[in-house]
Amino acid sequence: MPAGPTQLTGDTVATALSAALPGAVATATAEWVEVEPRRILDALRWLHDSAEFDAKQLSNLCAVDRHDRFEVVYHLQSMDRNHQIVVKAVVGDHDEPALPSSYPVYKGALLQEREVYDLMGIRFEGHPDLRRMFLWEGYPGFPLRKDFLQIPDHHPGLPKFPFEEPGVQAR
Amino acid sequence: MTTATEPYVLNIGPQHPSTHGVFRLRVVMDGERIQDMDMVVGYLHRSMEKLAEERTYTQNIPFTDRADYLAAMSGNLGYCLAVERLAGVEVPERASYLRVIFAELQRIASHSMANGTFVNDAGAWQTPLMYMFRERERILDLFEMTGGARLTTNYMRIGGVAFDPPPEFFPAINSLIDEMPERIDEYAELLIDNEILLARSRGVGTITAEDAINGSLSGPMLRGSGVPWDLRKAEPYCVYDRMDFDIPVGRNGDAYDRFLVRLEEVRQSTHIIRQALDALPAGPHKTDTPLALRPDPGEAYGRVEGPRGELGFYVVSDGGSAPFRFHVRAPSLINLSLLREMAIGSSLPDAIVALGSVDIVVGEIDR
Repeated sequence: MPAGPTQLTGDTVATALSAALPGAVATATAEWVEVEPRRILDALRWLHDSAEFDAKQLSNLCAVDRHDRFEVVYHLQSMDRNHQIVVKAVVGDHDEPALPSSYPVYKGALLQEREVYDLMGIRFEGHPDLRRMFLWEGYPGFPLRKDFLQIPDHHPGLPKFPFEEPGVQAR
Repeated sequence: MTTATEPYVLNIGPQHPSTHGVFRLRVVMDGERIQDMDMVVGYLHRSMEKLAEERTYTQNIPFTDRADYLAAMSGNLGYCLAVERLAGVEVPERASYLRVIFAELQRIASHSMANGTFVNDAGAWQTPLMYMFRERERILDLFEMTGGARLTTNYMRIGGVAFDPPPEFFPAINSLIDEMPERIDEYAELLIDNEILLARSRGVGTITAEDAINGSLSGPMLRGSGVPWDLRKAEPYCVYDRMDFDIPVGRNGDAYDRFLVRLEEVRQSTHIIRQALDALPAGPHKTDTPLALRPDPGEAYGRVEGPRGELGFYVVSDGGSAPFRFHVRAPSLINLSLLREMAIGSSLPDAIVALGSVDIVVGEIDR
């Protein structure tokens, strides 16, 4: 399992989270806990305030385009208890994605959510300053989306590595 | 006669020595005081995260050089750790030791640059910077000797490092590490009690420990505010769990404390390099990793304590030869989260000192 050495399992977090906030947890795996997108701010606030999880820092926030939906990934960190929690929220609307901002709990979301908005086009409701960051206002489209300037039948990466026989791994 | 002032907008940068790269600040000034501030970034945006989705895992290593170009080794290391976690690649022990040595050399080089340019911003024009460049230059020579490149090293590989250091590397690094304590004492004598530096940087850009944690700050920014948080201790990677070193922390959380933390970290890095050189085992410097790396679908977040803070790489695989998603958790960008709070109400020269103490690299902000 490619989980970090200090990462809490998603199931542990999910059990406590669904006891405190019924209906907030969508699914959980060994690595992460997936929260209902409308409840994400409540869930983050609860994890931040809870003495057991003590998720005082939003150490990383990013989004993944899964073609038909967006996954927003939150890596939360507790300094005192030294563990990491991975929370995900899946945004189903691929055309007009929106999610509550985590800025009311974490000031560190200010630039990270702006970056996600700029490159992935997810609107964070309640963010105080949601503008383009690297690109300019009026830039057409959101480049990190998978359908941005898509070439039909293009598959990234190499179909076959040099010297790679079918079924044999090249060195 | 009555006079009145009205606020005006001042542009600093994108081409200005105090912004350390193509980085622009729009500052609303009321006389001498800053009323509001907005940062404009993106002049160096090269869309690395998008480009990485078209390239194989090994072909993406050079991007990590060019993100934080003052700490290329740390970028290489963070990315390789993430991919190794994703693909389940083992790293030989000698490679782990070599990674620690090069990452710490890089930290010394980067902190020398950071402290040199910081005191430059605070008014000690060029002289301390040139002293610190003297040691940085020798470190870059060591990089060149080993991997052939000085800045964009592209040295780490998935499963180890690209080359074993040549025989002439070891005398050169030994003499450097022997001389370093004396050099650090020299900087300390020159700068720590320097009246001008104290007057310019104490109480400037102060951040409390609570704000620093909530604002996602990391690295010397967080430790300067008194939080003893270092991933080398908290989540040891490579062989840091076998190394004996201290985490320096500040007391007041101001620009001066961040400077002191960086200076002391240079000293700790020399201790780590000495221990790693003494314990360097023989053996292969990389595992025979297939070039055709196609990790099983999944995701991994690898992170290292880079010179600027938590340098993380979030890599998602869909089973193909290229990453499905490649995200860099850039400490230079995220450490700017509280820049506006630091600047509002201060004077312009103080804001420049506060920005200098953040130690940004624009290549990493924009990617």
